[in-house]
Formats: sequence, structure tokens, C-alpha cells
Amino acid sequence: MKDAVARLVRDGDVVVIEGFTHLICFAAAHEIIRQRRKDLTICRLTPDLVYDQLIAAGCARKLVFSWAGNPGVGSLHALRRAIEKGTPVPLEIEEYSHFGMVARLSAGAAKLPFWPLSDYRGSDLPAANPLIRTVRCPYTDEELATVPALNPDVTIIHAQRADAEGNAQIWGLYGVQKEAAFAAKRVIMVVEEIVEPSVVRADPNRTLIPGFIVDAVVCEPWGAHPSYAQGYYDRDNDFYVAWDDVSRDDARLQTWLNEFVDGVPDRAAYMDKMPGLRERLKAKPRFCEGVNYGF
Amino acid sequence: MAVRAAKELRDGDVVFVGIGLPNLACNLARATHAPNLVLIYESGAVGAVPDRLPVSIGDPALVTDSLAVASMADIFQFYLQGGRIQVGFLGGAQVDRYGNINSTVIGPYAKPKVRLPGSGGACEIAIHAERVIVVAPLSPRSFPEAVDFATSPGHAGKYGTRKQLGLPGGGPQRIVTDVGVLEPSPDDGELELVGIYPNATVDDVKAKVGWPLRVRADLEKYPAPTAEELRLLRDVLDPTHLYI
Repeated sequence: MKDAVARLVRDGDVVVIEGFTHLICFAAAHEIIRQRRKDLTICRLTPDLVYDQLIAAGCARKLVFSWAGNPGVGSLHALRRAIEKGTPVPLEIEEYSHFGMVARLSAGAAKLPFWPLSDYRGSDLPAANPLIRTVRCPYTDEELATVPALNPDVTIIHAQRADAEGNAQIWGLYGVQKEAAFAAKRVIMVVEEIVEPSVVRADPNRTLIPGFIVDAVVCEPWGAHPSYAQGYYDRDNDFYVAWDDVSRDDARLQTWLNEFVDGVPDRAAYMDKMPGLRERLKAKPRFCEGVNYGF
Repeated sequence: MAVRAAKELRDGDVVFVGIGLPNLACNLARATHAPNLVLIYESGAVGAVPDRLPVSIGDPALVTDSLAVASMADIFQFYLQGGRIQVGFLGGAQVDRYGNINSTVIGPYAKPKVRLPGSGGACEIAIHAERVIVVAPLSPRSFPEAVDFATSPGHAGKYGTRKQLGLPGGGPQRIVTDVGVLEPSPDDGELELVGIYPNATVDDVKAKVGWPLRVRADLEKYPAPTAEELRLLRDVLDPTHLYI
């Protein structure tokens, strides 16, 4: 992880760490914090705790997003401090709806300059964000909303498994992982486990991202905690609830970052700091029946 | 509120579910009068049958035993924009006279007094779902004459009416609050009181709304929740009292 971030994430980059609730790569964000990256433009549908931490650590200059809360809990306090008070550094924002963000990444992945969508009429969002515009359909003459392509310098994807080339298989919620990976100039693939190519080839329909668009493959078990990996470990809902208290006060949040991010060399050491966590969150087995790929 | 919201759902409805009370209402409806409800979450779970109350709309329990898992691009383009969703549930910090919903900012956008989470999928749900059910406790602060920011369009506003804008969905059809239910007038889309709960009075409700509230002549009086409904909510669906 250290090498991948050192090589592929640069100051001033447009960075996407995706995963909708599921498969959010906190391990990569922590490494970005440890390496003191700065002036990043960070984009995600839901900034979640992962960007609250990057913002608190002073790594971000700008946030592009569509829903900025702590899911099921409340506010993201570091993000709100940065927007409302400009601390620790002022944060510029660019705001869409979920559909708008999905469409931006779809356009980026398809190498189109924009994506048309039936959205935003009657909403104040286009007035708040001048990049949400309209186009007239050449066939029906109807007016459609448009959003510009998003092509990140680097996208970081967390997946359950991949082979050594980064041919990655994801099951459970996909979010916008595929679109975010194809839209990016560089892709870091982080996985719970590296498997033999034969495992991937035995079930090709489950492969979401091909290795030939991947620039680095990192094996990082528990790399998504406190997010989750279906079939590996559950979401740490208690952590999300506790974050409300930790992040409410900047001094306390900085103490947390010092201890759990800067105070550890890697993810394994981070997990070791919380004894019993692996046992508490480990997924129960629930296998599906395979299918016949023969001909 | 959860019991009333559940009753707004019809068996077989395809519902776009939000987190919190809507989620509880959908699961109550599924356990009572609407066993064939199809629950769709914007996270991608289609036909979800969660066996624990999900804390987030991306909970892993939504995937286990679901009918399908779709990418979010499919969810928004094919399911929602494609017109396949009958009911969308929305909440918000403010709901105004014409059902516009604000979940973005209190105060001016550039210098907000309170920064709220933002649209998420709310804007497009309000535009495309056949009917939208809003669940929000009533108070003068949350039901002003006009919202500070229209995240999700209601029936009329500074950009025009739904018809003028050509919005495909029906917009907020029922606003379920903690004292009664509001509904848009068929004439001009203004929200009117159509029903109240047993312990509420019309004057109470009027005092909690930021515009002169019209009351339907055939005002409904809703029965109190039954013992069975309360048992299901408290003991089965939300045993750890996450939402109630």
C-alpha cells in the first residue's frame, strides 16, 4: 500500500475512493494521510467517514459529492467545520445528486464529454452548481440536464478478491466501482485476498474490473474497516456511531488520527490495536450454488 | 408516523426505500397488509428482505436473499428514470407550502447556517417516482411558507409547476407527520390537511405550519395504532429501538 500510494497518488490530484457503504478503502485513505498528500480534490457520492478523515487531516482542497452525512447517525463534523468555518483548511465544494455523480463517472468511463439525464428541473441544484447545464435533444427537441465527465487522476477500488494482475471480482453492492475505475487515468486495486487466475476464470461473470486497467494491486485484509466486505466482515456500525463523538471536537479527532493512522505503520497494526474486532465482525458463511459454464 | 406511512403502501408496490422511519414503515407494511412489496434501495439491492433493521441503506443484510443486486447506474437510469418505481420515500429538514423539500442547507447556499447532507437520490426520486411519500415531524421551522433551498421539487415553485416543467412523476402525494397527514390540493398543489391522529386537534396542526393551512371538508380521523402494529414495531422490527 505504501508503495502504491507513493507511486500513484500525487499532491493536487483528483482522487476517487469509491464504494457505496460497501468496500470503502479506508486503508488507502490512511496511507494518503500518513504520506501527507495535500491539495487533493476528493470525489465520492457519499464522503462518509473516509473523507471526513482526509479533510480533518488537511489533505483536501476541494470536495465533489452528492450526500454528505454519517449514514444512519447524523453529520460529518470535520466536513461541516471545513465548510462552515474553514478549518483546518478551507474546503471548496461542488455538489450534485447521486444520479448526477453516477452520470459524471459514466461519461468519464465512456470518454464522452458529458452525460444527459432527466433530472434537476424544479430544483435549486443547477443554481448552486453552474456545471449542471442543459442540452436540447436533436431527436425530440426536449431539454435534458447534463453533467460533465469526471476523469479522476487516480481511483482506488476495494474488492473482495483479484488475481495478481488485478482482475477483480466483486459481489454484494457494486456502487459505482466499475464506472469509477474505467473513468480513471490510474487505478489502485486493493483486495481482501489474492487468488489464482484459475479462480477468476472459473467464474468470469463475477469479474467487474479487468486487470489491464489496473496500475497496482494491493492485498490488504480488513482494508475496508469500518466499512465492510460482503462474505468477509460486517460493517462496524458501532464505529460509525462512535465517530459522531470522536469527530465533534477537532482536538479529539486529531488525537484519534495520531493514534490510529499516524501511530501505526499499516493496516495489520491498525487492526491489532482493536483486540476482538476481527471476531466480532467476521461474516457468517452464506454460499450460493455455482452455475454451469460449460458448452 | 411509521404505522401511518405503512398504510400508504399498496401490496405489490415497487418502493424506493430510504433509511430510518421509511425503512421501518416498509417492513411493517410487508409484515401486515403488503407482503408483496418490492423494496429497492439506491445502493443497488432489489427485492431486499433484510432480516435485521438496516442502519444504513448499504447494509449487507439488504443483499442476502435479495432478488437482484444492480449497479447504481442501473438503479438510477433504468429503475428510477425508466419509470419503474411506484413509490419513493423522502424526508427533509424543510417542506414548504407546495411540497418542495430541502435537505441541502438552512440559510443561504454560499454561507449556510446549517449544512445538511444534500440531495443523495432525493432530487431524482421527487422527479421520477409515480408518487412520493414524505415522512417528517410537523413544526413551524420545518414547514415554512417556502424552503431555503429546493433540493427536491414539489408541485410548484419559482421554476413553475410540475406540469410546466414536464416532470414525469407525481411528486409528494402524502406528507405523513407526527400529528396528521397533508396532501396536495388537486387544483394548485398547495398542501392541505386531510387527516389527523386521535390525540391531535386541527388547531394544533395549524399552529405547526408556516402558512394558513387549508383543511379538507371530509377530514379523516385516523384510528390509534393497534396493539399488534405496536408489537410488530417494538418487538420484532425495531427491537433495539434504533428508530422508535
